[in-house]
Amino acid sequence: MSDLAWIDAAITSARPQAMGALLRYFRDLDAAEEAFQNASLRALKAWPANGPPRDPAAWLILVGRNAGLDHARRQARQQPLPDEAELSDLEDAENALAERLDGGHYRDDILRLLFICCHPDLPATQQIALALRIVSGLSVRQIARAFLVGEAAMEQRITRAKARIAKSGVAFETPGPAERAQRLAAVAAMIYLVFNEGYSAGPGESEARSPLCDEAIRLARLLLRLFQSEPEIMGLTALMLLQHARLAARFDADGQIVLMDDQDRSLWNPTMIAEGLALIDKAVRHRQPGPYQVQAAIAALHSRAATPDDVDWPQIDLLYATLERLQPSPVVTLNRAVVVSKTRGPEAALEMIEPLAPRLSGYFHFFGLKGALLRDLGRAGEAREAFSRAIALANTAAEAAHIRQHLDRLGG
Amino acid sequence: MLYAFLCYNDEEIVGAWSKEYDDHIMARLEVVHGKLAAEGRLAGAARLLPTTAATSLRKADEPVVLDGPFVETKEQLLGFYVIDCADLDQALATARDLAEANPGAGGYEVRPVGLFVAGTGLS
Repeated sequence: MSDLAWIDAAITSARPQAMGALLRYFRDLDAAEEAFQNASLRALKAWPANGPPRDPAAWLILVGRNAGLDHARRQARQQPLPDEAELSDLEDAENALAERLDGGHYRDDILRLLFICCHPDLPATQQIALALRIVSGLSVRQIARAFLVGEAAMEQRITRAKARIAKSGVAFETPGPAERAQRLAAVAAMIYLVFNEGYSAGPGESEARSPLCDEAIRLARLLLRLFQSEPEIMGLTALMLLQHARLAARFDADGQIVLMDDQDRSLWNPTMIAEGLALIDKAVRHRQPGPYQVQAAIAALHSRAATPDDVDWPQIDLLYATLERLQPSPVVTLNRAVVVSKTRGPEAALEMIEPLAPRLSGYFHFFGLKGALLRDLGRAGEAREAFSRAIALANTAAEAAHIRQHLDRLGG
Repeated sequence: MLYAFLCYNDEEIVGAWSKEYDDHIMARLEVVHGKLAAEGRLAGAARLLPTTAATSLRKADEPVVLDGPFVETKEQLLGFYVIDCADLDQALATARDLAEANPGAGGYEVRPVGLFVAGTGLS
C-alpha cells in the first residue's frame, strides 16, 4: 500500500506544476494532458524500481515532454520510441531542469492552468468540472459522482468546456502585474466555486462531495505557496478551512440541518480551525481588507467562541457592514440581518430585509429568515406564509425539512 | 540526554495524501510513540501546520515580519520553543521578546502546531 499511495500522492501534488509547464510547452490542453498521462504511467513503472526522483514535478515534465515529442514524431515519421531504460536515467537532465524551474515560470504556469478554467464564457459548473479534471486530476467518474450526474454526461460537459477554451485561445505570454492580479482574483473565485459545490451538499451527498472541499483547500494552499503575501488568498484559504471544519456538526443523525448556534462544537475540527485562525491573523496584518478576509474574519469569530453565547455579535455586525461596503449584495444584507436580529432584535432585522423582497423573491433563505423573524415577533400567520414560500423554494430536501420543523412548531 | 528529531518531507505530497493513508501512517507512528512513552523517553511531539500558515520574524534593529516560512540563507536550525499563544499578534510579540534578548542575525519562524503529543513520565 505505502509505495503506491506515496507515488499517487507525489503525482497528484506535482500535477499542477507539470501540467502547467507541459501546457506552455505544447500550447494545447489535450496534448499536455496526454503527455502528463504518459509520464505518470512511466512513473508508476520507474519509481518503485529506481526510487522516487528528487523532484517529481521536474521528472514528469521532462518525461512528459519527451513522450509528447515522441508522439509527434511518431505521427510524422513513424519513428520508434526510445529505450525505456534510457528514460528512467534522468539524474542530470532532472537537475538541470529543476534548476531552470526554480528561477523560472512555474508560478505563471500554474496560474495559467488554473486561469483557463475560469473562462468567462464557461458556466460555473463547467469551470469547476474542468478544474477538477485538468488541475486536480480527478477522474471523470469521480467528478460525475460529485455532481450526481452520469459519467457520459460529465465527459460531454468537460469535452465541451475544453472545446470552448481551445476556440478562444489561451494567453501564453508572461502576464504583467495588473493582468496577474486579475488572473489571481478569477482563480480565487473559481476555487471558491469548487469549495461551495462540495459545501452545499446535503447530508446523504456529503461523502461524495466533501472531497471537493478538501481539493479546493489544497488548491488554495498551492496558490498561497506561490503568492505568499496575498491577503485575499490567505482570507480565502482561512474561510474555506473554518467552514469545512464544521462538516461533522452540520447535520444530525437523521440528516437534519443543525444551525451553527446549535452545533456540537466538540465536533468541529480543531486542526482546520487552528490553520484558519493563523491565516486570517496573517491576512489582517496587511490592512488591505477584501471580501474573503472579511468573511473569514466572521467565521473566525464563531470559531473562537467557546459557546454560542460567547460569540461577539456586535463585532460580526461591524464586519458585515464592511462586507456590504466592499461587496454590496442583497444576500450580504440578508446575512447581516441575522446578526442584527441578535444585537438589535427581530423588529430591526425585519425592517432591514423588507426592502430586499423584490430582489430575493426566489431565494429560499430570504423567506426562511423572514418567517423566523415574524415568528419571534408573534406574527404567526405571516410567519407561516413565509415558511411555506421557503419550503417551495428549498434547494435540498434537508432545507425543506428544516423549515417544516419550524412550521410544525408554530402549530395550527 | 535529550535529542530533538526534526521531521522533513515534501508538504505538497503529504498534503495530497488520502485521509486513509494519513490515518494509516499516524496509526503506525502512534505505535512508536506508545513504545517511547512506555519507556519514559517521549518528552513531546508536534505535527506542524503547513508552511503557508507560517509567519517569520527576521532579526534587525527593527525586526522584519515576513509572510511564509523562514528562508534560510546561511543560518542553521539551532533550537525551538513550543509556546501557547492567543493569536498571531501575541506569537509575534513573543518572537520579538526572544529577538530582543538574543539580538544579531537569524530569526524565528512562527508556525502553528496542528497536533501536539504531550510526553509522559520522562525519566
